[in-house]
Parts: sequence; C-alpha cells; structure tokens
Amino acid sequence: MNAPLPSTIVPPMLVMDHVTVDFDGFKAINDLSLTLESGSMTVVIGPNGAGKSTMCDSIIGRVRPTSGRVLFHGQEIQREPEHRIVSRGICRKFQTPGVLTGLSTIDNLVIAATADRRWWKSFTNAGQDEARARAETVIEQIGLRDRAEALAGNLSHGEKQWLEIGMVVATDAELLLLDEPTAGMGAVESTQTAGLIKTLIGRHAVLVIDHDIDFVAQLNGHVVVLHQGQLLREGTLEDIRNDEEIAAIYLGRAK
Amino acid sequence: MDLGFIIGQVFNGFSVASIYILAALGLALSFGLMRVINMAHGEILMVGSYVAYLTIALVPGPLGIFAAMIAAFAVAGLLGGVLEVTLVSRLTSRPLDTLLATWGVSLILQQAARDIFGATGVSVTAPAWLDHTILIGGQTLPVTRLFIMAVAVAVLGGLAAFLRSTRIGLLVRAVNQDRPTAAAMGVDVRRVDAAIFALGSGVAGIGGVVLALLGPVTPNVGQSYIVTAFLVVVLGGLGSTLGMTIAALMIGLFMALSQIFVDVSLAQVLSLLFVILFLQFRPQGVIAVRSRALDE
Amino acid sequence: MSPPPSRTLDPKAAIWLAALLLAIIAPFIVSAYNLNLIGRFLALSLTGMGLVLLWGEGGVLSLGQGVFFGLGGYVLAMHLKMADLGQGELPDFMTWSGVTKLPVWWAIFRSPVTAMLGILIVPTAFAVLFSWLMFRRRIGGTYFALITQALGLAFATLLISQQGLTGGFNGLTDYHTLFGLNLNLPSTTRALYWLTLLLVVLAYFGLRWLLASRFGTMLRAARDGSNRIRFLGYDPGPYKVVAFSVAAMLTGVSGALFTLHAGVISPALVGVVPSIEMVIWVAIGGRYSVLGAIAGTLIVNFAKDKISTALPELWLYALGGLFILAVTALPNGLAGFFGSDRWKRPALDETLARWRARKAVS
Repeated sequence: MNAPLPSTIVPPMLVMDHVTVDFDGFKAINDLSLTLESGSMTVVIGPNGAGKSTMCDSIIGRVRPTSGRVLFHGQEIQREPEHRIVSRGICRKFQTPGVLTGLSTIDNLVIAATADRRWWKSFTNAGQDEARARAETVIEQIGLRDRAEALAGNLSHGEKQWLEIGMVVATDAELLLLDEPTAGMGAVESTQTAGLIKTLIGRHAVLVIDHDIDFVAQLNGHVVVLHQGQLLREGTLEDIRNDEEIAAIYLGRAK
Repeated sequence: MDLGFIIGQVFNGFSVASIYILAALGLALSFGLMRVINMAHGEILMVGSYVAYLTIALVPGPLGIFAAMIAAFAVAGLLGGVLEVTLVSRLTSRPLDTLLATWGVSLILQQAARDIFGATGVSVTAPAWLDHTILIGGQTLPVTRLFIMAVAVAVLGGLAAFLRSTRIGLLVRAVNQDRPTAAAMGVDVRRVDAAIFALGSGVAGIGGVVLALLGPVTPNVGQSYIVTAFLVVVLGGLGSTLGMTIAALMIGLFMALSQIFVDVSLAQVLSLLFVILFLQFRPQGVIAVRSRALDE
Repeated sequence: MSPPPSRTLDPKAAIWLAALLLAIIAPFIVSAYNLNLIGRFLALSLTGMGLVLLWGEGGVLSLGQGVFFGLGGYVLAMHLKMADLGQGELPDFMTWSGVTKLPVWWAIFRSPVTAMLGILIVPTAFAVLFSWLMFRRRIGGTYFALITQALGLAFATLLISQQGLTGGFNGLTDYHTLFGLNLNLPSTTRALYWLTLLLVVLAYFGLRWLLASRFGTMLRAARDGSNRIRFLGYDPGPYKVVAFSVAAMLTGVSGALFTLHAGVISPALVGVVPSIEMVIWVAIGGRYSVLGAIAGTLIVNFAKDKISTALPELWLYALGGLFILAVTALPNGLAGFFGSDRWKRPALDETLARWRARKAVS
C-alpha cells in the first residue's frame, strides 16, 4: 500500500512515509504515515508506549527508521546527522529537561538563537547581535528575565522546563516538536504554556505530545491518536472524544 | 612459515585471551552496573599473584594452586569490596574522577608491594602436574596454558550460573537493566554495586594466580596486562560480559597472529590501531546497548 | 556582568603580577640549579594549561598527553642531535645499533626552521587525526580516557623497541648547541628561561582569549550536553577536536622546552605513568583555572623534587594520596579556595541529580 503523496508542486512541510522503528523485534512505531503542514498545530496523544516519543525521535534523527522515509520540504532527512536535520529547521524539546548546566540562562538562549551554527564561526561574533536580541525577547516570553545570569544548572525544575521551551522557541525553527512541555507543571503554569504555544502557531508549525487532556483542549489543534505504534485516528478533539473505540482503549471510560 | 607455527599462535591467542578475560571480567561487570572503571584493578591482579605466592609456600603439593585460587578470590574480593565502599561508591556520578582516584590507589598498592616483597620479583613454583607439555594434533602444548584456558572457561561458566540462578544474580540483572526502578522496588542498589565490585575483584584475584604461573610476580605484574584489559572493555561494549569475552578473544588472537609478522611491541601498536578502526564501524563496541537517555 | 570600573588593582591580580616580576628577575636571585628547575616546571605548565582547556573546560580527560609531549620533545631532540653532527655523521646510538643511513624522518628536522615547525605541527597534526577519529564516532568519557592511555603505552613501547632509530630506553640526550648557541653557557640558559616564561605568559593570554570567546562557551556547552547542542543544530565534535589539538600543540611545545631544560627526552617521560601525572598537576591546581594549572604544576613538581630526593619511597604514597585527595576533597583544586572563577561549573549535587536523571531514562 502506497501512501498517496500529494502531487502538488509544493510538497508538504513534513511527511512521514510508512515509517517503522524496530527495537530488536519490538515495533515502537509501525508503518506510520503522517503529514504536517506549515504553521499547523498538531497534538499527539496516546497511552504510554504508543510510540509518541519515538515518532519525534525518528523525525529529529535520534532513532533511525528501520524502514520508511521522512521528508522535510520534499527532501529525505532520515539518514542525516542530527545537527543537519535541526539546521534544516526542526527543533525538539525532550521529556527530561536538557539545559546546558554550566552556562547562564541567557547564554543557553543565545546558543539556541544563533543562526549560523558552523563551528568555525564560533571564533567570531558574526550574527551575535541578532542572536542576543532574540534571546532577550524569548527570556521575557518565558518569564526568566530575573534569572538571566544564573547558571542554568541552578534553576529549579520548573524554570528549567521553561528554559528548555524557550531554547526551542529561540531557534526559530520552522517545525517545533514539544515532548510533554507541561510535565511537572501545575494548572496555572500549564495554561501559561498553552498561551505561549498558541502565539507560535502560524510562524511555526508545532507538534505537541501531552497526556493532560485539559491542556490539549486549550491548544485547540489537530489531534492525532497513536496506539501501538500506529495511527489510530485523527481529527478534532471533539471527534476523538466522541470516538467509542478510543474511549475504550485510551481514556478507559466506556467499556 | 609452517602451518604448525600458525596453529601454535592461535593457541597462544586463546591463552592470552583467557588472561584478558580474567582481568577484564570484573571491570566489565562494574562498568555495566556503575559506569566506572577501577584503575587499581591491575593491582588487584597483583595482590592475587602475591596471595598465590604465599599460599603455595604454605600449602605445597598438587592442590596448592587451588588453595591459592580460593585464597586469592577471598583476599582480592575483600580488597575490592573495601575499595568500593570507601572510595568508588562516593564517586559514581563522576566516572573520570573515579579513574584518577583509583589510579592513586593503584600507586599506593604498588609501592606497598614494593616495600613488603621487594622490587624484584618472587617466583611461584607451579605444581608438578602443570609442568608438562602434551601433544594434541601434532602440536606440543604446555599444560599451564591449557589450564589457564580451563580456568577462564570455568569462571565464565560459574559467573553465568551465578547470575542466572541466585537471588543476588537476579538483583544484579535488575539493577543493570533499570537502576531507578530497581531502587524504587526496594533493591539496595548500593549493596548490589559493592557485591559485584567485590565479585569482580575476586575474579581478578584468580587472574592474578594464573599470572603467577607464567612468570615472576613483581609489583608491576598487573600493569603489564591491565591497559589491554581496559581496551577489551572498551571494545566489548557497555559492560557486556559476552561482548567483553568476544573482545578479549579478538584482541588476543589479533596480537598472537600479528606476531607472525611483526615483533611484540609493534603488535601492541597494531592492536590499538585495530581497536580504533573497529570503533569507527561500531562505536558502541561488539555488543551495543540501546539507550534512550539524552546524554550517555 | 562586567567588573565594576576601578582604578585600583585588585589584590589577586597584584599577587600574580608580583609573582610574574619575581619570575622575570629569578635568574639573578636563585641558584643555577633552582633556575633550571623553575624553567623545567614552567615548561611543564604549558601541558597543564592544555589540560585546563581539554579536561576542565572541554570535559575530555586524556591520559595520553605524554604522546604529544614526547612528539614535541623528540622532534627537538632529533634536531639537537643532528646539530652536533658533522656532514654524513650519524648519532652515536645509531652507529651502535648498526643503522647506516639517517632515516628521512630524522633528516627533515636538521634545519632549525623545519625543527621549529615540526614541534608545532607534528603533535598537532597527530592530535587532529586521532581526535577526529574518536569524536566523529562520539567516543568520549571513560572510553576516550582509556584509549588515550593505551595510546601512551603504545607510543612508549614503540620508542623503546626501535632502539636504533629512537635511542630506545635511554632516549635522546647529550646535546650542546641550539641555533649555534652553546647550551651550557649561563647566558644561553638564562635566555631559554626567559623564552619559556614568555611562552607561558603568551599561552596564558591566548587561552584566556579562547575561553572567553564564543568558542569557549560552545566548548563548555559541548561538555555539559553534547546531545543537547546536537539537537540545537550544532555538531559538538569539532569543538572537542579543536580543544584536543590546541592542548596537544601546547603539550608539544611543553615537551620541546622541557627537553631543552632537562637535557634529555626518553620513554620514561612520555609513557602511561608520566601522562597521568600530568593530570594531577592540574587536578591539584584547579582544572577550571589556567593560573591554577600553572601553580599546580609548579607545586606538585617541586614537591616531587624535594620528596623524591629525600625519601624516594614516600613520593609514590604521596602521589597516590594526592590523586585521591584531589578528586574527593578538592574537586576544584587549589584555585577553588580563591573562588570567583569566571567559568564556574554547576554544584556537585547538580551533577548528581543529572546523573540520576540520566540513569532514570537509560
């Protein structure tokens, strides 16, 4: 079965074309095909082990598809080194906060905001003014202005979470993959996060993975349900909520 | 160059590999569990050698060598346990610092051996039943070397049985797979660490007894094998015992076979080159362990 | 966070300036023996500074710095040996070993220019190749340290075994002229001392610049999270390759200068044991501090000189104890006592938390 790839002249931003990731016999994602358009908002939900994180991993190059292709603007990226994929304009936030502990908060953001990331450019300050300006904007957005000079390693867990979201935003990547952006956050912070994410749509395409259905509702995006590594359903949150089968296996309500 | 010579070298390769297995087994076990390497492991081999020297002086006769193995296992295991509890367990989050601290221990142990036993070597008299050669397939093979291989196989088999069938073996496998979950389920992770460290050190003690059969025991006897044993762990992959065994065989055979063409020092250089090139194709080593961590 | 504008010199800088002035006039106030020791140890401090860049800031521990030290030292020693020879003559040890023709890789360093270039290029080129092979396959941490140690062993073994080409176990010694100057004249030793001091000062400012540059920030970022910066679109490998290679270049110069001051280079100075000793200088001085590395190198080596002549057995116990002490009690070295290093690292409990988190997902 071949996915009907759109035959328009401009290909969609991102296409996952029959991607399978096989961990020694366990298919974390299984023949998954998905299309993301520029500026769209997509939410991926599904029970633990459904393959949500692995899906992001296979886009960003952290795991390699056993078979299938990943196309970004029509070009195959599934064999490229991670940093090349990112340089094309995809950035991902991981579940566990991964900030650069030995650097200040603002330096973390400046590194993320620097557009030319080739190593020999680090001997010059080319493009640093723009990067710093962008970092200053983002640090306001994430509310860490007071902590700008603190070592990222000394931030609280919640602050690190914000910083990491900020770093992803600061890259100005075309496609942002946010893996559980509200993990460990309270209701108020979650709402703030949803607000921040909504400001990104349009300029960026955003794909969010989350468990928290209230948070998902706030995002008001296109919902994709994964189950056992496969795409079970997609549609609006209303469609999904009214789907008996999903309720049975995921929400665990009706039997 | 005749076929007999080549077969002889293959045999040598297996026997050298057996020593590397005994030397590297403890390293691989604790590396898998704790991600640290004990740089004083060579000196634990050395302690085993000196224990062999003392035991065989006390218990002469054909079975002295077995008494030596038991004694060396106990003494080296105890030493390893003490080292783990007092030093290594305090540094587990800093693997590079562990290298340096245990190197300090290695210097102290070497100098202590020098002060106690003198800088020149002492000799262990192998039991008479080892002092033979036998003829297999037209090859004269020294019994000592066959004995070493038998010891390595027995230790590997014993370890596999131990990990498979004892309760502590079960705990070790649990911690190896998922340390936080094991800890959360009530496994005393630190005690498992210490036990495995002691066990691995005990195995190195047995390795030391074997070394004592091959030449004089000096304060530096561990140093001559340990750097290659470290390479074996690197080549084997993240603390995998199977990978380590395969890697020991690869390096042992590579060294022995390259000595058909070059001298021993060049063989050493070539074996390092071989490891570096191998890692170009399989950077995770012989047995790759998949990790989902962001930073490994 | 620029320092407040101030016309008075802060006390720390004043101390260092005084130390520098003392070092400059040292040839007139200390004995020839002690001057030679200071010169030697200052030469060694270049190796220590390289380790601050590589290990402290880059998080890459090399236990094989002796290789680069030796490459620099041997290139210079080969040149010095040839400088004493007439046309067509061979170094004495070659004749004894039955070597009849000077190998090409000796002959190219006969000219002073190629020898000086060789000191810079040979260790650096080898470092670029080796570290590129390692870091492009993401081999780091403990693996990298163990492989560099094997490299040190292989290098020393090779030197010893090729008696007729390298001088074997005794190494290369007994040379008298550099650039036509008699190395035994007090004026020459004094000039060499000042040259060493000058290079140390230059290296200090060079490293300060490098660490304060964006490269320094990226190197620290690569240390704290190789994968993190990879997923921000950076390739962490090249930063580590540059750090390793710059450290190797400094170490090569260090080896060459040491060879001049000590009058010998031999396998015993470049193998496994000396290589790891180089790390302790920096661990004691402070792995995140360039000045700390200089101080640590001087302190540990003076201690070694004094203790090992008085009580040779004691030195190895002391050295062993220093290794343990340095990582358990003094993770920031002596520089840690003076605080306010610009490039602080996260607190220890932070590292621990990170390790737990890492273990949690691995």
